[in-house]
Amino acid sequence: MFEAIAFYLFAFLTIAMFFITVTTSQALYALSALAAGMIFISAFFFILGADFLGAVQIIVYTGAVMALYAFGMMFFDTTREVKEKQGNKYIIVGLATLAAVMVVVIFAAPIVSTNITASYPMLEGAGNTQEVGIVLFTKYLVPFEVAAIMLLVAMVAGIVLAGKKMDLSLTLMSAEEIKLMDEEINKKVLS
Amino acid sequence: MMEIGLNHYLVLSTILFAIGLVGIMRRKNLLLLFFATEILLNAVNVGFAAISHYYGDLTGQMFAFFVIAIAASELAVGLGLLIVWHKRHGTIDLDSMSSMRG
Repeated sequence: MFEAIAFYLFAFLTIAMFFITVTTSQALYALSALAAGMIFISAFFFILGADFLGAVQIIVYTGAVMALYAFGMMFFDTTREVKEKQGNKYIIVGLATLAAVMVVVIFAAPIVSTNITASYPMLEGAGNTQEVGIVLFTKYLVPFEVAAIMLLVAMVAGIVLAGKKMDLSLTLMSAEEIKLMDEEINKKVLS
Repeated sequence: MMEIGLNHYLVLSTILFAIGLVGIMRRKNLLLLFFATEILLNAVNVGFAAISHYYGDLTGQMFAFFVIAIAASELAVGLGLLIVWHKRHGTIDLDSMSSMRG
């Protein structure tokens, strides 16, 4: 009963928030709606008993990812209204729905065709975090380490890409200096 | 109706995935395209967690963790590239990236 109420409430809220994210013309509204939607998604994980996944969702998505997006938005001119692609709306919605249904069919086909059994069944008397730890550090140890290296590579790439010319401040430079810098950059791009 | 089963979660996952795909197809601004990508990844995560719960198998949750890790690293690299592009060209619209068009 309560599970059903919680499911429908959070389903409605999540769909509404993500709908705002893809339809609004203000980038700031899109960011706030996306952050709210991420938190509501974590509610599903708590309902499903995946406590650790829900906590990770809140920490990583609404903590780290949203902070990074907010940081990125400071670089871009986001006060302007966002221009939209002018296309046939029915084609877009139809293609999106078709593709999403196909993804679900791909997931559901093995369930329908064979009786799948749990290869890593949940342990009795262990909390979700403990179970996750046991499976993650036995069966999925190698993917875990590969993911760690991938995150390190992404961190180095982010610092190298975004950190260029961080020592220059466009607000403290005079107009001539900025003009000179622009010309230099144009020369580099053209050559 | 009152009993929430696996199909409810799969339908929800489909709806969220469709919303994300609509966002990808109608957005021109690259930052908002990134938002739509995050929606896609979250929709898949809901499906993984639901299957994991209803079959008593932890593999779905494991894959959801790796999806979250991939989303975080994709965002770091993508945002770095976006900042470089914005510094060079002053815009992050998709139309400004058609320099190879004849």
